[in-house]
This record gives sequence, C-alpha cells and structure tokens, in this order.
Amino acid sequence: MALYGNSGGNGSWGRPDAGPDIPGLPDLGGLIARLGGMGGTLKWGAAGLAALILFFAAVYQVEPDEAGVVTRFGRYVRTTNPGLHFVVPLVESVTKVPVERQLKEEFGFRTEEAGVRTRYEDRDYLEESLMLTGDLNVAVVEWIVQYQIRDPRAYLFNVRDIRSTFRDMSEAAMRDVVGDNSVDEVLTVGRERIASQAKDLLQEMNDHYETGISVQQLVLQDVNPPDLVKPSFNEVNEAIQEKERLTNEALAEYNQAIPRARGDAQRLIQESEGYAAERVNRARGEASRFESVYEEYRTAPRVTRSRMYLETISEIMPKLGQKVILDESAANVLPLLNLTNGNRPSSPNPGGANEGNEEGRR
Amino acid sequence: MKRRLITLAGGVLGLILLSGSTYTIAETEQAIITQFGQPIGGAVTEPGLHFKLPFIHTVTRFDQRWLPWDGDANQITTRDKKFIWVDTYARWRISDPLLFFQSVRDERGAQSRLDDVIDGETRNAVASYDLIEIVRITNRDFEITEDLIAFASENEEAVRDIEHGRNAITRSILEKASEVTPSFGIELVDVRIKRVNYVEEVRVKVYERMISERQRIAERSRSEGQGRAAEIRGQRERELKSIESEAFRQAEEIRGHADAEAAGIYASAYQRDADFYRFMKSLETYRTALDEGVTLVIGSDSEFLDFLRRSR
Repeated sequence: MALYGNSGGNGSWGRPDAGPDIPGLPDLGGLIARLGGMGGTLKWGAAGLAALILFFAAVYQVEPDEAGVVTRFGRYVRTTNPGLHFVVPLVESVTKVPVERQLKEEFGFRTEEAGVRTRYEDRDYLEESLMLTGDLNVAVVEWIVQYQIRDPRAYLFNVRDIRSTFRDMSEAAMRDVVGDNSVDEVLTVGRERIASQAKDLLQEMNDHYETGISVQQLVLQDVNPPDLVKPSFNEVNEAIQEKERLTNEALAEYNQAIPRARGDAQRLIQESEGYAAERVNRARGEASRFESVYEEYRTAPRVTRSRMYLETISEIMPKLGQKVILDESAANVLPLLNLTNGNRPSSPNPGGANEGNEEGRR
Repeated sequence: MKRRLITLAGGVLGLILLSGSTYTIAETEQAIITQFGQPIGGAVTEPGLHFKLPFIHTVTRFDQRWLPWDGDANQITTRDKKFIWVDTYARWRISDPLLFFQSVRDERGAQSRLDDVIDGETRNAVASYDLIEIVRITNRDFEITEDLIAFASENEEAVRDIEHGRNAITRSILEKASEVTPSFGIELVDVRIKRVNYVEEVRVKVYERMISERQRIAERSRSEGQGRAAEIRGQRERELKSIESEAFRQAEEIRGHADAEAAGIYASAYQRDADFYRFMKSLETYRTALDEGVTLVIGSDSEFLDFLRRSR
C-alpha cells in the first residue's frame, strides 16, 4: 500500500550514505590491547568475539524479492541478487530494494484494511480525485497505479522523496489525459483508453525523471460525476431506460396487433373464397337441376306444369294460418273479413263458405 | 606499560587525524569545501572517499538528486475570467553548489526563491490564457455516444479549438522560470500543473450547468422515446388499415368473380325457357315465403278450386 521508501522495515535504506553503523567497533583494537595482559583464555576469547562480530558485520542476505545495492564510501559499486553476500565492513554498505514486489499507490481513496472484505476509508480525497474534463465539466476520478522498481540504483540515487514525486506525476498524468476527454468519455466509453494513455504518459515521465520505476498497470476505479450532479446523471440513465421502455411497449403492441390482423385478413379472404365456391356450386347445381326438370317438362308441358303447381299448393296449404274461400257470388263480403285476427276460426261469412282443411284439400 | 600508553595515544591521535582528513560523498550528494568560510576549489560531485585538510577545511554537503518543489494552490483568474485554483509542482536540482551556497545558502532558501519565481510565472501564464487552453492538450474530437449526439456542441467554450494547450503553457512557465534559476545555481527540470479546479463559487455554477445540461438530455431522451413510440403506433395503424383493406378488397373481388360466374351459369341455363323458369321459381318462392302468419283468401273460381266448384 505505501511506497517502500516511507514504510519499509529497513530504516537506513533511504539514506545510502549511512555507513555500517556497528556500535563499539572502532574501539575494538584498543579493547583487545588492553585485555592483552589478562591471560591467554581471555585473549583468545576476545579474538574470537571480534572475529564473530566482524563476520556478522560482513555478511548480509538478500531476500528473493529484493536486490541489494552496495556502496563503498558512498559510491555505488554493485547490485547483488537474492542470496548470501559479503561486504567489507566499515567500507561498504548495502541497501535492499524490493525489486520484485508489486507496489501500489491509490488516488482519490485509501484502502483502510485489505482482506477478504476490503474496507475503504470513508473520507473522500476530493482534492486528488476532482478534475476538470475537456468540456470544462467536473468529474471525480479514482484510480490506482501498480508499479515495480526496475532499476534499483536509479530508484535510490536519482530522486529525493520519490513517493511524493511519483504521486505528483500520477496526478499530473491523469489530469492531462482527463483534460483531453469529455465528461461522458471519462464516465463511460473512454475509461480504458484513458487508463492506458495515462499509464503511457506516466511511464514517459518516469523515464524522463529516471526514477527507475516501471509502471505495470493503471486502473481506473470509481469514476463519477460530482455528488451534487450525480442525480441528474442518473436521471439521464432513467430517461434512456424510459425511452427504451416506451419504444418496446409500442413495439410490443405492434407485434401483437399486426400478426393478428394478418390472420384476420387471411380469414376474410378464405371466407370469401368459400363463399365463391359455394356460390358457383350452387349455381351449377341449380342450373343442372333446372335443366333436368326442363328436359322432362318439355316432353309433357301441360301435365308437368299442373302437377308442379298442385304439389306446391298441397305443400303450402297446411302451413297457412287461415284460409278463406270466396264464391264469386259473395264477392262483396270481403270488406267484413277480420284481417287482424287471423287465428280465429269464426267467420262472418253468412254464405257458409267457411271450409275446413279437409275439404279444401280435396 | 608507558610505551604502551604512548602507542595507544599515538593511535588515537592518528585515528582522529585520519577521520578529520577524509570524507565520503554518497551517490546522492555533492559538496563544496570551505576554508574558514572561503570556498576552496570547485564542487565535489564524484561519490566516494575524498581527502581534505583536517580542521581547516569544512565540508558542506548538498543533495545531488532531483528535489521536489510543490507550490501552494494559487487562485488565479484566467483570461476569460474564470476563477480557478492552480496547483503546480516542479523538480529541480542543484547544478552549481557553490553558486547555490552563495546565493541561497540552503534548500529552504532555495524553496522560497522557487516559490517566488514559479508561482509568479504560473500566475502570469495562466492569466494570459483561456481556461480551455489550460485544461486541454490536443484538439482531439470527443467520442460521442448515440444518446448524446445532439448535445455534443451545446457547450460552446468547450468546443472551441485550443491554440496552445496545457503542455505549451507549462513549457512557457518552465522556460521563463529557467531564465532566473541558474543565478541561484539551480537547474529547473520540469514544471507541471498538478491540479486545476474551479474555485468553490464557480464550481457550484458549473454543477448547475451540468445539471441543467443533463436534464435537457434526459428530457430529450424521454420525448424521443415518446416520439418513437408514437411513430411505431402510427405505423401499426397504417399497416392494420392496409392489411384490413387489402383483405377486404381481395375478398370482394373473389365474391364478385363468383357472383358473376354464378350469374352466367344461371343465365345460360334459365334462358332456355324463361317462362318455365319463372313458373318454377315462383312455386319455390311460394314454398318459402308463405307460412302460417298468412291468410289466404282464395276465389272459388281459381284454378286450384276449379274442380271443387264444378263438383258442387
């Protein structure tokens, strides 16, 4: 989370000029000399102790993710790989730099406690994240930078206060890029491009400053409009949703109505075709029937005609409600007929012309 | 015992002399040597072990690395009367330790001189450009999403092309400041604008503008939706009408053809004896047309009752 420079365990690495600070060592010679007279055992013991101290002052271990930078009287002499190494005590000193470690800087927010459920600090770092976009709007951009120390010598010796330098560069790079994008690009379509441009720019600046840092990744985190403006951005999203909803509803209605109308239309046509078939067939049938009857009629017109007439009458007569037979001699009775009451069997006819069905049929 | 003491004293004295006559310069350092305040020789920039006269020569060390300078955020008015905060940073190094020592003495002195120079130049530069020049770097066209096409050109100041851009402005600040700093033994390597922001009151206004802009977009989107829906409904109506009328037309045509054909068939059959046809058809019609609601008044001289009368 923090740059190694300010939180690393090795307190002296940031000041490579500090010599191997082993307390008491310069007085060792005098000590041995003074102890010289005090018997052989003590003498040998002291010599052994001195040798031991010298050994521990000379040996150092470089961890797998580190590189050791060795200076002699403050001057750079070599870089060592992981493993056990020696320096000349008093003359050389070593500074370990975590070259393999992925280091990370956060902008606009701080991880309070990383873990399975990472907690973020609530305080907003608006001064870091608030920036002007190319269309002179304002966006809140949070991002992280992951980097590695590629050149430990450059990292140690070229820039003082490298962490704040690196942060300044990151902020400047991000603002340069965001300043060339519209607020809509920053919020939506341009995110990835912005991240990669800012990364390239940051790497360029690092090369220029010779920090020895290699930028691995720059990732945009939350990118938002400012809090006050957020609701109106959401409103736009809602409006776009609503637009789609309205369109879809209309399309649904369309899709519901049109196929049904086509079906109805098809039915209408089929029906009319049915009608046509029926009509023509009926015509043919009736015509054929007429022709058959006519053939018979032609051979005996009078008989057939009478027969047909009587047959029809005999069929109709029983169905009729009231029958009135008028004698020619009683023609003047007609106006007395009660026409409104067809079902009454009584007849005002005094001539007794009222006949039953039985008789009428005969 | 006495000889031993003398040897010991000699050794200690030797050690003191040795440590007084050597000094080390780290990779990150450079130094000047003074003799009672008077500079001797040039600057020592080579790291490693060096010698000097003990007690007489004093070593004054300076940093050789790139050093930070972080300006206070300045409230500046741009040429187009926008009130903004500008926060710059710079990196510098001590290029001439002797001159540096003579003119500003130490880093604190240097920082305050840099404050004067860079802040001043920043003010001058920012005040002589429009805000858009300070924000943008290139004249690239913004990518516009479909939803926002109609609004791309609403913000007129933003759509204006820049003539210089931020990089040119910071470069001019650097150039102007670099004219002065060598006289302090300082080399300025980079000046950059770290942050630019509206001052509080302006920010509120900008937010208001952003809000109203978004509301316009939302409004337009909504009415677009309504328009599109209406269009689809209209299309639906049109197609419905066209489908229905087309079907009606076809149906009527089919019926018409059938009627005509039937008429032809009837005509060709019936015209063989129109009289008989009328007779036959009349009989058929009687069958269907006359029912129990009908009162038949029939004269005894009708054909039907012909025999009835005669037998009487």
